[in-house]
Amino acid sequence: MFSLDRWMEVFDTIRRNKLRTALTAISVAWGIFLLVVLLGLGNGLNNGLRYTFRREATNGIWITANKTSLAHSGYDVGRRLVFDNRDYDRARDVQGIDHISSQYFIRGGQFGGGEMLTRRGTKAGLFQINAVRPETIYLVQNEIIAGRFLNESDLADKRKSVVVGRPVVDYLFAPSEPPIGQWIIVAGVPFEIVGVFTDPMGDEQARQLYIPLSTAQIAFHGVDHINSLSFTVGDANAQQAKAITDQVIAGLAERHKFSPDDKQAVRVHNNVEAYERFSKIFLIISIFVVFIGCITLLAGVVGISNIMMIAVKERTKEIGVRKALGATPASIILMITQEAVFLTSIAGLLGLAGGVALLAAIESAAVTEMIRNPAIHIGSGVAAAVFLILAGALAGFFPARAAARVNPIHTLRDE
Amino acid sequence: MLRLDKVNKYYRVGTHSLHALRDVDIEIADGEFVAIMGASGSGKSTLLNILGILDDYDSGEYRLGDTLIRNLSERKAANYRNRFIGFVFQSFNLLPFKTALENIALPLYYQGVTRRKRNQIAAQYLERVGLRDWADHTPSEMSGGQKQRVAIARALISKPRLILADEPTGALDSETSRQIMDLLSEINAAGITILVVTHDSEVAARTRRMIRLKDGLVVSPHDAGASHPQLARQPQTAAES
Ligand SMILES: Nc1ncnc2c1ncn2[C@@H]1O[C@H](COP(=O)(O)OP(=O)(O)O)[C@@H](O)[C@H]1O
Ligand SMILES: [Mg+2]
Repeated sequence: MFSLDRWMEVFDTIRRNKLRTALTAISVAWGIFLLVVLLGLGNGLNNGLRYTFRREATNGIWITANKTSLAHSGYDVGRRLVFDNRDYDRARDVQGIDHISSQYFIRGGQFGGGEMLTRRGTKAGLFQINAVRPETIYLVQNEIIAGRFLNESDLADKRKSVVVGRPVVDYLFAPSEPPIGQWIIVAGVPFEIVGVFTDPMGDEQARQLYIPLSTAQIAFHGVDHINSLSFTVGDANAQQAKAITDQVIAGLAERHKFSPDDKQAVRVHNNVEAYERFSKIFLIISIFVVFIGCITLLAGVVGISNIMMIAVKERTKEIGVRKALGATPASIILMITQEAVFLTSIAGLLGLAGGVALLAAIESAAVTEMIRNPAIHIGSGVAAAVFLILAGALAGFFPARAAARVNPIHTLRDE
Repeated sequence: MLRLDKVNKYYRVGTHSLHALRDVDIEIADGEFVAIMGASGSGKSTLLNILGILDDYDSGEYRLGDTLIRNLSERKAANYRNRFIGFVFQSFNLLPFKTALENIALPLYYQGVTRRKRNQIAAQYLERVGLRDWADHTPSEMSGGQKQRVAIARALISKPRLILADEPTGALDSETSRQIMDLLSEINAAGITILVVTHDSEVAARTRRMIRLKDGLVVSPHDAGASHPQLARQPQTAAES
């Protein structure tokens, strides 16, 4: 039923009734614009949340030995705590723990020991070194891109195996050299590279090495010491995760004679709790966004219907004249509906473009860490646009049909 | 050309019924130029609307040419209006956002004539009503007489056999009225049947036949009341029992 002439008639009418056109277009464009921005920001918040947690398992818990702050069992405050392999063995038996690893801080640094000189031939650089168990792979989000991570044999045989970050490889090796099987000197001790990893946070976070805990304890005078325990708790909720953590801490407190209530004795980093809290906030925000989105859509539909109704009412005389001159009801309905669909489509597209542009601006301005990549799924954008266009069509169709039924004599009367 | 047999028309107003046309018998031959006169409310517009297939009647028969006009679908009615009848109204009824040329071309749009072709034809009719230089002006830029000329050109463009004009000079001064009647006479001389509803006896005098309506009845020209239009101006209540 395509008719170029009818389209020309529609364009003409749109062009010559600028106020009406502008009002309709603005209401539709504004609706879509708001919707796109809202959905985009909602997605941005979601992405921001995921980004915050992407380096670590969201069900991971880290317990690190620190200094006591409460006198207990005859010990004074300020005692520096160090755990050992027995603590690891005991903690492994706690119910609800999935994977558990432990780490020895070679130079006693707070988060796994300081950086150490790593050398190959004439090239040398400072990189963070982590002495861990193979289970650590379940707690970080590192991706192995060559070879493998540490395994049980490395640990049992106290092998001199090392898994290195890609930046370390890039630094020590020429692009053409395969690093697997090569030996490098870490803090004066030769290690064989068994794997290469990358970090989702970027290269800065991958300037690290992993070596077996057992090897480090021997090579760097660690005896059987460990400084932290880390474990995942499956799909436990925050409450269950807290109970598991408390149980592990109670075991440590018992052996090392510190108060289980001593908040300073161990540092706890509990992702379950944090993630759940964030998830809750995010869920609320999501619901809010969807709610506002629906209201916006509804307001858009109501606005369009209103404007269409007024527009058609304003045109009853025109419709009467057209009918007197030979317009059939169908041609009237088609004309008005086509106009409505055309207007809402163009306006909807503009709103969509405007919304996407604003989201892009927000992203490039990097307003806040909380919002990342605030884009909408092309599907939801298209769905919203189609919905509004449909609404526009219906909003045009019903008043058009009513107007097309009116006997022209009522509108043509001279009185 | 057309023929009405005992046509009755009622308007339902609330619970009342208003008998607007009573057993109207009219026959009009091809090429006639007829004035329909009568007081305000006597049913002139009602009659014209029925003749123009803009409205239905309740009983009797209306034949346009050989066709019985009754219970036509909207689509058919639109088609007949478009092909056979041209309308001229007191208040012109031009589309305000269209130029004179486009207003004139509109009936051809509904005949499916291409834009270029209908604009060409419209330009000829614009010239015929003496407004060649006004093609691109909108109605708001034109005088009443000019607007009525545009309306007449629009009524003519589909080459109708019948032109129905409802008080075409009602909104115009007497000089302009005269010019419009000149134009209508000219059109009639070219063979097109014209019916003009009017209050104005000067306008009626320009036609060749007069039909008088009084309270929905056709009355003979030599009816006493009819020859004095002032007497016919009475409160119009044609209530039906
Ligand atoms: N649509 C309508 N509904 C109800 N009554 C109407 C309608 N149109 C006209 N009338 C009434 O019918 C009578 C004839 O009206 P009309 O044909 O307009 O008279 P005229 O054109 O001679 O002034 C009047 O009493 C008028 O009030
Ligand atoms: Mg009238």
